[in-house]
Amino acid sequence: MSKFSARSGLGRLAAIALVSTALVLPAAAANLRMAWSQDATGLDPHAQTAFSSLRLLELIYEPLVRLDADLNVVPAVADSWEFSEDGLTLTFKLDPDATFSDGTAVTSADVKASFERLLDEATGAAARSNFLSIESIDTPDEATVVFNLSQPDAPILVAMATINAAVVPAKAIEDGSVATTALGSGPFVLDQWDPNSKEELSVNENWAGGDIAYDGISISVLPDETAILASLRAGQTDFALLNDPLVATLVPNEPNLQLNAVPGLAYNVLQLNPSRPPMDNLKVRQAMSCAIDRQDILDTALVGEGKVTGPLTMPAYASDPSTLFCYEQDLDKAKALMEEAGVDGFEAKVIAATGEPPVASAEAQVLQSQLAEIGIKLDIELMELNVYVDRWLAGDFDMAVAQNGGRPDPYPMYNRYFTKDGNLVNVSNFKDDEIDSLLQQGREETDIAKRKEIFSKFEHRLAELSPWLWLSTSNIYTAQLKTVSGFESSPTGTLFGLTKVTLGE
Amino acid sequence: MSYLARRLLTFPLILLGVSLLVFFSIRLIPGDAITAMLGTEAGLLTPAQRQALAAYFGIDQPVVVQYGRWLTGLLRGDLGVSVTYGRPVLDVILERFPLTLELALLSMLIALAVGVPAGVLAATRKEKASDVGIRVLAMLGQSTPNFVVGLLIIYILSVYFGFIPAMGAFTSLWVDPFANLGQLIFPAITLGFAFAASVTRISRSAMLDVLSDDYIRTARSKGAPGRSVIWHHALPNALIPVVTLSGVEFGYLLGGAVIVEQIFALPGLGRLTLDAIAQRDYALVQGSVLFIAFNFLIVNLLVDLAYAALDPRIRLGAR
Repeated sequence: MSKFSARSGLGRLAAIALVSTALVLPAAAANLRMAWSQDATGLDPHAQTAFSSLRLLELIYEPLVRLDADLNVVPAVADSWEFSEDGLTLTFKLDPDATFSDGTAVTSADVKASFERLLDEATGAAARSNFLSIESIDTPDEATVVFNLSQPDAPILVAMATINAAVVPAKAIEDGSVATTALGSGPFVLDQWDPNSKEELSVNENWAGGDIAYDGISISVLPDETAILASLRAGQTDFALLNDPLVATLVPNEPNLQLNAVPGLAYNVLQLNPSRPPMDNLKVRQAMSCAIDRQDILDTALVGEGKVTGPLTMPAYASDPSTLFCYEQDLDKAKALMEEAGVDGFEAKVIAATGEPPVASAEAQVLQSQLAEIGIKLDIELMELNVYVDRWLAGDFDMAVAQNGGRPDPYPMYNRYFTKDGNLVNVSNFKDDEIDSLLQQGREETDIAKRKEIFSKFEHRLAELSPWLWLSTSNIYTAQLKTVSGFESSPTGTLFGLTKVTLGE
Repeated sequence: MSYLARRLLTFPLILLGVSLLVFFSIRLIPGDAITAMLGTEAGLLTPAQRQALAAYFGIDQPVVVQYGRWLTGLLRGDLGVSVTYGRPVLDVILERFPLTLELALLSMLIALAVGVPAGVLAATRKEKASDVGIRVLAMLGQSTPNFVVGLLIIYILSVYFGFIPAMGAFTSLWVDPFANLGQLIFPAITLGFAFAASVTRISRSAMLDVLSDDYIRTARSKGAPGRSVIWHHALPNALIPVVTLSGVEFGYLLGGAVIVEQIFALPGLGRLTLDAIAQRDYALVQGSVLFIAFNFLIVNLLVDLAYAALDPRIRLGAR
């Protein structure tokens, strides 16, 4: 607070202000000063799905298990877990040290109440659809939770490794305070939240995960990312999240700053609407896939920040993109396919959201120029995010430039769009028996090697049928002062790595 | 009935019109609080889940019923509860308002302190180098968008001085005046830049008009010193258009300076309203727009009263 007056040397008064605040400052000085451009939109870990909300809640709550930086499932509230032979029960042993920030222990009753809340339709939890195979939950003792499943469901473990399946106190559920109090068992406690302005977090002394080398985190919401860069440059922010690749690429030019980039699981895609002619024609869709130059889109619209990708983005399952259908631009083939389809060019409208992602309109423009080569004239409709979401959910578009969230497992990532009873089939407008059956097989198979084989087939077939044109992954960026050390980025974007950070001088 | 009373009586009618407009127009835009919160994930909700959330956000009733409910609340002075903040709308607005008011006052102070003398100077040196210089600067000030000025200021401060004003949280004037001024001075300069340019241009032309009036010639011929003629005889009459302009600009600024608040990360009224629209926080949008409209009415009234004070010939309410 006294920084400004001290630096500008406003004379005696400033000196007095400095001396008087110096007595208070030491505690605040050991806070990590963080900045992001988009603030959390709410505190209910089961109901919130916005990227920024998840990033905040991951610091406050814990799920049963979490994913490490290589997307392996590792303990959180649970110490260990086991599927039964028939795949119909999943048993967790809880960490005896797991404690909520008010000092009460995390028990199996809290876990049971949390999942029941998640499954209750009145909660409005979007992640509920990942847990529909849960038939009942048993709590044989305080430290054991048994999930009884209606069918084998291998991806459910990974689905539990998100903050959307956080363990919240049973008593907070009872008194209806989950959305307002943010009482969790995670590394930090939320002391103050002024939405769209700031958050103050302090270390949770009761956290079972170990010691943290500083006292808390002060988050400032700086809506303009160039201002975030300026704040880092001036040494007034220690750590920041960046969304805009254009801003991120400026960070390495600064001698005192470090950029952390990790390819995320989300993917940039041109969604076609196969229910509308001429996109209902497989050959037309394939022609479009052959006509675009994915590397060029990446280099131009995303300033080279990211990787060309097929439908699967998680390293454990992703195929080499060069093995997928027409991933090398081939205009001759594209034109031939258009001719076979008997379509001599057409006009279509493509919807895109302004600023979400920041590269959306640039992508649409590059696609527009590339598809013009085979006589397809794209009319770009840029719109505000909520308007876009409305149109997107209604499947009301010819084509849509989208950045869709990825999951560490292929099944929860695509079952919503491409299984016959997926919740978002009216967005994809696409059904294919083999794709449906491959997803079901992948869901039931617990053997990793066999799953990889199944999902490789799935990915190749999906790319060949081209209901959508998968383009690239984007990087997830954080930037920090070089004095900050020990942060580990994760493809999920979580900031849990902040628990290992030390603040230098 | 006195002028003031008659003016005040029109307020409720205007505000009712504003309330109708904002209430229905915000609901006409696609998307609602549910899609704003969940984005594309909203598609995963079952109808029962959607219904539960709609009830939570208070958007499950027909729009007319919602309006009636909101209006009855309004008459009791209750603007409703913001779903983003989980607090009464009025509390949230009043918390953000001091910043906006302070920023608007500071910008106006800068604009008048720079603009009026510059305009007067230019008028008295018509077509001389200083006049041309001031007019070029004023043109530049009016035509440079304030986000350019703002970003330029931040860039220069951070690159050449290794400093930027404190961002994010706002320090109130009462807590720490220095920190407060440190936060607001650069945004105020950003806003004041274009504002001062307009004031300069208006003061110059108004001054030129007045200087050619007969009474000025009379004053001069009676031997009044040049300085006194300009500042005492001419300026007060030249101020009327300046007051009009400042009033209107000030009224706009009270509605929040969205872009500048965005760049300098100031939690003011403009960003509050913008974020509320983005998050489809209907109660907050309605409340803040109504509040802004109310401020505008008050400022306009004050401007009209100021005319009478500046020029005794103007009698308010005379038909």
